[in-house]
Amino acid sequence: MGYSYFPGCTLRAKARGFESSALASARVLGIHLEELANWQCCGATFPLQVDNSFPLVSPARTLASARRMGERLVTLCSACYNVLKRTNHVMRTDADRRDKVNAFIEEDYRGDLEVVHFLEVLRDDLGFDALARSVKVPLSGLAAAPYYGCLLLRPADELAFDDPEAPHILEDFLSALGCRVVDHPYKIECCGSYVALEPGELASGPSRMVVESARARGARVIVTSCPLCQYNLDVSQQGAHGRNGAGVPVIYFTQLLAIALGLPEDVLGFEGHVISPGPLLRSIGAMGSEATA
Amino acid sequence: MRTGVFVCWCGLNIGGVVDVPRVVQEISGYPGVARAVDYRYMCSDPGQQLIKDTIREERLDSVVIAACSPGMHEATFQTVAESGGVNPYRCEIANIREQCSWPHQNEPGKATRKAVELIRAAVEKVRGDEALSALSIPVTRRALVIGAGIAGMQAALDIAEAGHEVVLVERLPHIGGHMAQLSETFPTLDCSQCILTPKTSEVGRHPRIRLVTNSEVESVSGYVGNFTVRIRRRATYVNWDLCTGCGLCTEKCPSKTPSAFERGLAKEPAVTIAFPQAVPHKPVIRAEACRHLTSGKCGVCEKACPVGAIDFEQQDLLLEEKVGAIVVATGYDLHPKAKVGEYGYGVYPDVIDGLEFERLNSASGPTQGEIRRPSDGKVPKEVVFIQCVGSRDQENGYPYCSKICCMYTAKHARLYKHKVPDGQPYVFYMDIRAGGKGYEEFVQEATDEGVLYLRGRVARVFQDGDRLVVFGVDTLSGKKVEIHADMVVLATAIVPASGAKELARTLKLATDRYGFFSEAHPKLRPVESLTRGIYIAGCAQAPKDIPDTVTQAGSAAAKVLALFSAERLSHSPTVAAVDEELCSGCGVCVEACAYDARTLDVRRRVAVVNDVLCEGCGTCAVACPNGATRQKNMARSQVLSMIDAVVG
Repeated sequence: MGYSYFPGCTLRAKARGFESSALASARVLGIHLEELANWQCCGATFPLQVDNSFPLVSPARTLASARRMGERLVTLCSACYNVLKRTNHVMRTDADRRDKVNAFIEEDYRGDLEVVHFLEVLRDDLGFDALARSVKVPLSGLAAAPYYGCLLLRPADELAFDDPEAPHILEDFLSALGCRVVDHPYKIECCGSYVALEPGELASGPSRMVVESARARGARVIVTSCPLCQYNLDVSQQGAHGRNGAGVPVIYFTQLLAIALGLPEDVLGFEGHVISPGPLLRSIGAMGSEATA
Repeated sequence: MRTGVFVCWCGLNIGGVVDVPRVVQEISGYPGVARAVDYRYMCSDPGQQLIKDTIREERLDSVVIAACSPGMHEATFQTVAESGGVNPYRCEIANIREQCSWPHQNEPGKATRKAVELIRAAVEKVRGDEALSALSIPVTRRALVIGAGIAGMQAALDIAEAGHEVVLVERLPHIGGHMAQLSETFPTLDCSQCILTPKTSEVGRHPRIRLVTNSEVESVSGYVGNFTVRIRRRATYVNWDLCTGCGLCTEKCPSKTPSAFERGLAKEPAVTIAFPQAVPHKPVIRAEACRHLTSGKCGVCEKACPVGAIDFEQQDLLLEEKVGAIVVATGYDLHPKAKVGEYGYGVYPDVIDGLEFERLNSASGPTQGEIRRPSDGKVPKEVVFIQCVGSRDQENGYPYCSKICCMYTAKHARLYKHKVPDGQPYVFYMDIRAGGKGYEEFVQEATDEGVLYLRGRVARVFQDGDRLVVFGVDTLSGKKVEIHADMVVLATAIVPASGAKELARTLKLATDRYGFFSEAHPKLRPVESLTRGIYIAGCAQAPKDIPDTVTQAGSAAAKVLALFSAERLSHSPTVAAVDEELCSGCGVCVEACAYDARTLDVRRRVAVVNDVLCEGCGTCAVACPNGATRQKNMARSQVLSMIDAVVG
């Protein structure tokens, strides 16, 4: 299984553990991810202005260069996935904007690339049954709450990722690893997004609701694929709500994957988490006794 | 040739744009035109008299009416021509309203010129028209009704009562449709079974109704007055002629699976009579649930039956019926569960739909009419009703209003309140649409009885412990609402019955984009389909309540009776004809015909037209490679001279 692979900026900065755990897991699972040469900004936020094509330039250039490498491009970060897939949709369906962008980047890219999320690779190409068979350290009984946020699911007709109201790919993934899935009502609600950069209640409110809804239902860990969600949910537990040790760690799905596959702890990259996942994972025997985080 | 041209002003519709006097003047001198006159409203009685008088005075042999679309008044003017002594097929319409004055309102000069050209073309056409007489066809005075819900039963009874035989085909083993599942009906709260069973028994014993249940229409051929229908009666594995309906087999059957009639809220044996009042009161074996039919073991029912009616060898039966008219009354289904993930329908057992609530409320239902929720049988103390689930939802459902949900939700909430007086019903709604006799009052009483109406949508329903959390919004107060409920009832959208699409294909009937059968005209011909002799009734056409359904069914029956009252039926003679000298028997026209009106006479190697099936569309004439097919009164020479008259 070979794919071209787009890391994105966050995975080289705040979310290093996301990438290192994913790449190590992919290697073990026989999924070959070939990093794009000279990749650049994914576009960061999908341009909301419909009449301005300029922000499509960077993602379109990425897509065009990925097309030369193959037919499928894999992303990990929910935001990169959203921007690249939506840009691809424009390039596939909107002839006017396609021509304009192509003229600017001097390409003839027509949207004939498939942008897939690493979760989709695990589900559709590897298969969750095969994944379950690859598990070395079953996470039996670990109460894990999936958290989707918005970027993986919406707009549903462009992303066509999962049922936007009742998604289940993360649940199925967690079940394959042996976790006990904790369903909770806020799993597709807003994490607070960039408002979280402002201080105050407006910012931390949504994140705390999400964390509380999972904690109240017995979740011991929250699992996501979005660096911004991870940051918001994690940081919202700092200080007054921190209760360090009693907090619910927020981790990337690939970090849980790497643990289940029995990979060395140095690929996990738990540094920098406000609520460290180490104590929890050691307490259930999923990680060795020497602290890595 | 002596042609009269009659130019209508249609008040200002034509006269306000087209210079009518000038048109009359220009056309007067056209070859073959004996006289041209104008009148303010040619379709009025004086207008018609003017045509008749002019025919007589000028000894006309053909007329051209320049007026509105032939769809409006062609029949009127053909009758006038005939009563004046001109063959009705030598009366042509030049459409100078829909095709001239209306679209060219801002260019009166050009419109006037175009009107003259259109009339010249019509004069050229009428010049080549043959005098024809209508084709006469016999009519079989027997009707087929498809679907035996309240619509189909009503139509069948009305036709049968008027003295004609009816073949009533029902897909399920029993008749009564969804109405048999309802507990009470709005706005009177009378018991559905109590008002339905007199009808079902009457249908069951009516000497002129042939009831064919557990059956589906497989094919239909023929035309108005003369349809041949093939019906597949699926094996019931019970010989109904021997069966006494004693029910011993159903008591002994060890295989219990979810009951479709109870919408999965109860189990039923593999050999079953769906409900106590079922007509016919005979069991069927559901093959997929029967141990004997799936594995060859068991056979308990066979041993139990005192009259030897169980017949595991029974095969499907193909029946053929000749009928003159067809009423389609296939009813509805509800929007599928899987499409409302945000409400957890199909995931949380206590999120149910309206029909499931009817069963919970029904005295013969799984809880004997006590409101007990499916998960643990507890009496729910707080129940949230959500309206417009799938209806009025442009994005994820259907844009239309399902029409009956406001009323049945009010009914549900009231029935719940009557049975659980200390319980609290909440209704989330978008608008309350209670148009109908006694309807608004009925909803008002619901609020008086303590039903809490909240205007807004529900975003999410979530299971929390043994309760359901409902996140919604009350748009009147502008506040988010969170209700911890014991049960949630969804008013899911009405959609066409499964199989309606296939039936539409079998009958060659048009449907709208949702799959509801299309009526011939939304206002003036609401029960007729576009195919003559086929009528529509009930929710097969669009969502509607019981009173409207019964009304429409009666109306469809009246149309059938009108058809049956004629000695013979007439059919337009402007059909295709084959010049056998030129025909090479290639068969291209047979492929081209959309009405199955053509066959190939293999022995003589020529194409043959069935005049009665031919709709005169002309496709065959275009397809024919050597000009052997001629469209009567639309001959090639006519078309060419019409073109000359316009561009020349």
